[in-house]
Amino acid sequence: MSAASFTTVGIARGARRSLAVALGLAPFGLVVGVLAAGKGLSLAETGLMSGLVFAGASQILALDLWTHPAPVLAASFAAFAVNLRMALMGPALAPWLERLAGWRLWGNLFLLVDHGFALAIAEGRKGERDGGFLFGAGLALWLAWLACSLAGHLLGAALHPPRGHPLFFAALAAFVSLLVPLWRGRHDALPWLVAAAVALPVAHWAPHGAWHVVAAALAGGLVGAFRETRRVRE
Amino acid sequence: MIEASNLAAILGMAAATLACRAGGYFLFRALRPTPFLRAMLGYVPGALFVGYVAPALAAGGIKEWVGAAATLIAVRLSGNIPLGIAVGTLSAWLVWLAR
Repeated sequence: MSAASFTTVGIARGARRSLAVALGLAPFGLVVGVLAAGKGLSLAETGLMSGLVFAGASQILALDLWTHPAPVLAASFAAFAVNLRMALMGPALAPWLERLAGWRLWGNLFLLVDHGFALAIAEGRKGERDGGFLFGAGLALWLAWLACSLAGHLLGAALHPPRGHPLFFAALAAFVSLLVPLWRGRHDALPWLVAAAVALPVAHWAPHGAWHVVAAALAGGLVGAFRETRRVRE
Repeated sequence: MIEASNLAAILGMAAATLACRAGGYFLFRALRPTPFLRAMLGYVPGALFVGYVAPALAAGGIKEWVGAAATLIAVRLSGNIPLGIAVGTLSAWLVWLAR
């Protein structure tokens, strides 16, 4: 049994490998910053959110729903619903994490994010097992995320776009663009239709909070899972 | 400057997100997710974003529809999500300027 591997060489290697991916985060970070400025969040609040939450889609969704005073429950619920997918990433990274403890384990769990996860899975297939690699990749992405959302806030505060300005369309564009890689094939059609059919009336009758998003996720997930497990049994 | 309710919402989001990140690791190491739960978690992300996009497009106008179509086409052709966001936002902007 090999000892827990977590080297500084690994950290540097991970940080270097994630640089290209970090560039791809830039538009998301800018959208978060512009949205935050548009909703009246300060630069410090924007930095605090990006630093502590570090999950773009959930931040965009929560900021879109932001009101004054802040919707504490709706924002937390939105973050939970959007980031639930991360619950499956940790177990998949068990070969990297199970020999780590303390800040090395918790640091990696805190920095767990889609891009770093994808990179780790790809490198893991080539034999990479250094926990430092995962940490370095996550840390570089975190720094890039923080820098881009702060830059977005400065941009938003400088331009001061009015409500309905097409710059805010970037938030919707971010989610529309995510639908393309999320489409796995025709078996997604029914759950997606159900999700839309549930979201429309819920958004109409309960416009405050993220309830239409949560309802759609649950309805689509249940329909997909029911059909899939029934097909397996037959 | 940090306002109290903003701070509470940010901390709530941070706690919820860490619960997903760390909770999943510790929970699913102790007990294996059932096939139903695993399948459901596979469908949740797509359904969730459809749930966000559908009402936004229904409430939107030409600017949103053109922007969304341009985003979809750009990502489909290039496979590049950031590029799709940029192309879609730019298209929505052009429609907004033209009106």
